[in-house]
Amino acid sequence: MELSLFANWFLAGLQTLLLITLAPLLLGWIRACKAMLHNHAPASLWQPYRDLRKFFRKEVVVADGASWLFRATPYIVLGTMILSAGVVPLVATDLPTAAIADVIVLTSFFALARFFSALAAMDTGTAFGGMGASREMMLSSLAEPAMLMAVFTLSMTASTTNLSSTIEYLLQHGLVLRPSFIFAALGLMMVAIAETGRIPIDNPSTHLELTMVHEAMILEYSGRHLGLIEWAHQIKLMVYGVLIANLFIPWGIATTLTPEALGIGVLAIIGKLMILGLVLAVYETTLAKLRLFRAPDYLSFAFLLSLLGMLSHVILEVG
Amino acid sequence: MNIVNLSHYEQAIFVLSALVLYTSFSMLAQSRLFNLINVFAWQGTLLGMTAALVAFISNQPHLYISALLTLVLKAWLIPWMLRKQVMRLKLQREIETLATPTLTSLAGVGLVIFSYYIALPIKSLSNSITRNTISESLAIVLLAMLLIITRRQAVSQVVGFMAIENGLFFAALVSTYGMPMIVELGIAFDVLVAAVLFGVFFFEMRSSIDSLDVDQMNRLHEVDKR
Repeated sequence: MELSLFANWFLAGLQTLLLITLAPLLLGWIRACKAMLHNHAPASLWQPYRDLRKFFRKEVVVADGASWLFRATPYIVLGTMILSAGVVPLVATDLPTAAIADVIVLTSFFALARFFSALAAMDTGTAFGGMGASREMMLSSLAEPAMLMAVFTLSMTASTTNLSSTIEYLLQHGLVLRPSFIFAALGLMMVAIAETGRIPIDNPSTHLELTMVHEAMILEYSGRHLGLIEWAHQIKLMVYGVLIANLFIPWGIATTLTPEALGIGVLAIIGKLMILGLVLAVYETTLAKLRLFRAPDYLSFAFLLSLLGMLSHVILEVG
Repeated sequence: MNIVNLSHYEQAIFVLSALVLYTSFSMLAQSRLFNLINVFAWQGTLLGMTAALVAFISNQPHLYISALLTLVLKAWLIPWMLRKQVMRLKLQREIETLATPTLTSLAGVGLVIFSYYIALPIKSLSNSITRNTISESLAIVLLAMLLIITRRQAVSQVVGFMAIENGLFFAALVSTYGMPMIVELGIAFDVLVAAVLFGVFFFEMRSSIDSLDVDQMNRLHEVDKR
């Protein structure tokens, strides 16, 4: 018993480690897909790792007036992202970390990271930092209710807010065509795109001052600090991807801890994330970036979809 | 009745009906006439597919005829006529400014909840498989009315009117497996005639007040009003 408990914790740690080490690879895959869609020769899939290595080797430059908050924020942001990576079931559901935290905790981890990055952005007192922070807060105040509403739709179906139990409930019932899940999935995808700073809300590949949100907040960071924040951002993208992949297409995830099931689980999640990355690349290629003042419309549409998901659950699926 | 206990065909009806409701919301948000008509055509297509599926599950062959009629009329012929009229009125590039799109869609959500509340007693009387979608059909009617209220363009109001008819057809389909064939044929013909008449009406309106904005009609007076 003692040994199996230890083994379970070891597996949970291994799963978290797998998620955070694969996160840059997912970004590399998305970039490669986008480059191919644009008829460019893609950069190597390992390029994000090389960038991170470069950042970690470089010297850190901190502004004169910056307080401890500015130095602490990269570690806090990466720390909360690693914690949220631990909460999300990547390969297996039956792990001790899943029982600790549920999806509301996951949302608050994201909120905590956002709170500290906004504070740190304003800490140095530059114009860009404040601007980026205020934009980020505006967008997140609209994105968070949409995300919670989408997640509550799932929770109402499975009668739990725990992610692992939700996935096990869905696997237990096999393929059920639920109208609420279609809306919740679309709503959650739109929120994920807005929260991870992708097109049409933010453009991850430019530093155009009129439009940037996330980049404006981290403009003052350099060297190791920038590397930590970039990595945290990649983990966030990965966490959202895993959340969408495993909640709406749960098949393949390991419910028992046998080597075969775990192997299938790893292959399944890699396949699902590759497909999701391709979908994201196509989506970003076909859309143009929205004006900032149109972003609330986009997010209120996401909220409407999540709300419709909840309504169709109540109206159609029960009673 | 939980959705888990139903067959996949019955679940597909629910999915399609939810998508029909979604097209109603989508119509509220379209500011271009062509997009509005396209979404209306999609609503007709989804409605026809729902009717065919209900026919298949409930073994009511006459519903296949209504499904075919819906597909031909609502998904193809009427949208085609409306598009042609928009082209002839040269309105295809016109953008209708929506005053408060977010507020309108939230009002729509309120209407859905209201119709759920209204349809609860009807639902408890019925024991058809599709009884859960009765409130959705009521919501589609109310959302189409909301569309008419929020628009000032005559063409969009006509699309809203046609969408009311979609909602009524849907209500008949899911609550009593369709109306008698003769009634259904009559309504289909009425809608077709209405589409033609509205076309004539557009041109009349255009030639008398030089606009399709119905607010302009407030200026109309009796000729010798002193």
